[in-house]
Amino acid sequence: MDKEFPIKIRVVNLHKSFGGNRVLRGCDLEVRQGESMVVIGGSGSGKTVLIKCIIGLIRPDEGEIYVDGLEITQLKEREMNEVRKKFGMLFQGGALFDSLRVWENVGFGLVQHTQLSEEEIRKIATEKLRLVGLKDIEDRMPAELSGGMRKRVSLARAIAMEPEILLYDEPTTGIDPIMADAINDLIIQMREKLNVTSIAITHDMKSAYKIADRIAMLYQGKIIEVGTPHEIKGSPNPIVQQFVQGKSEGPIQIL
Amino acid sequence: MILFVQTMSWIFRPPMQGREVLKQMEEVGVRSFPVVIITAAFTGMVLALQSFTGFKRFNAESMVGTVVALSMTRELGPVLTGLMVSGRVGSAMAAELGTMRVTEQIDALYTLATNPIKYLIVPRFLAATVMLPILVVFADIIGILGGYLVSVQILGTNPTLYIRKTWDYLEFNDLYSGLVKAIFFGMIVATISCHQGFSTEGGAEGVGRATTKAVVTSSLTILISNYFITAILF
Repeated sequence: MDKEFPIKIRVVNLHKSFGGNRVLRGCDLEVRQGESMVVIGGSGSGKTVLIKCIIGLIRPDEGEIYVDGLEITQLKEREMNEVRKKFGMLFQGGALFDSLRVWENVGFGLVQHTQLSEEEIRKIATEKLRLVGLKDIEDRMPAELSGGMRKRVSLARAIAMEPEILLYDEPTTGIDPIMADAINDLIIQMREKLNVTSIAITHDMKSAYKIADRIAMLYQGKIIEVGTPHEIKGSPNPIVQQFVQGKSEGPIQIL
Repeated sequence: MILFVQTMSWIFRPPMQGREVLKQMEEVGVRSFPVVIITAAFTGMVLALQSFTGFKRFNAESMVGTVVALSMTRELGPVLTGLMVSGRVGSAMAAELGTMRVTEQIDALYTLATNPIKYLIVPRFLAATVMLPILVVFADIIGILGGYLVSVQILGTNPTLYIRKTWDYLEFNDLYSGLVKAIFFGMIVATISCHQGFSTEGGAEGVGRATTKAVVTSSLTILISNYFITAILF
């Protein structure tokens, strides 16, 4: 990745505990503009907490997060809302609104934040759906969709407001391998077509190698290594090696 | 309580969610109508039956109409409507919001820069607060009508006498106090149920727990606050 690109998101010394469970223990991360960063780590390593802190769904106990140079952890709810307009997020299960039709889901942000007419919003929704490879499903309800379709609709919703930053929460979890690869292709396309900065969290190494410019490994609440997919693959760190090779024996203790 | 204050602070802030409010009004008001009507009708009827039995013992059968009207408007109309609505609507609110919470739909609202209190809770709160008094008006009318039917058709009371006894002793204050209660009960059901749904955690089991808690807590709060509202205001 070119060094001259400005830093889009900077996470500094982030701490977060839930009860006595210290999930993040001084996590640092820098993501440059236009970069695709993938955070890998085991279940319960704090990946989801990290990404939710970045978009302001969880307030960290300690540490700072800068988005375009603006520190967001101390913002009031209304100021945070403005920052969130820069983001789009793909949730693990899609998190589509059950009571709304597919096109209303995709156009939700537009209904809330613009004065566009219903017809125009529907048109934009159709266009975004096409971008993620879906058509003629505008009037269906989310419950009628398959898991893979739901993720695509959720992605269409995330890009409807043309965000600068896309966050992916386990984009390939819970769908079949072919659909997972299609989602990977979509993520790459999003970066190329829309020129967004993205952070994806995953434990699917195949997906990580494919979509990442750089990979960061989160272990025991800290980022222990950052590098290109190639560097990560050849990392001398035994913890990283154990994870990327998916071995049960090694320095990482299971339970 | 905190949620109540937050809800109030979001009520008058644009953009208004007109469509959501109407949708919730239909859910709270129109769809609860049959349940409330049946409850009120049979309560009015049994009131007539019971008070007739009691009053007969000291030859005051003519007062049945008064008792039915007063009990319905002051007490049973608002309380029973509140309880039925908390069972029917409160449970639905808690279950829906709870499901939205555990499937990350509430988080999704935040990421779309939409405040869930504004989008989800304010419409439910407004709908319950407005529709409950309206339901209570119908409950009062139907309850009194039920009492009338039983008295006249089954117990053989003189219809003119019954209506006169109902009207003569019924004051505006009776109806009004019932409606004020209804407004409070609407707020109670919406706030407690939304709060339970909103703070759901732990998957499907959590949703179940939130729903039960919403109904139990709002029903109890209605019964307890009913006493204090009556004691303080009327």
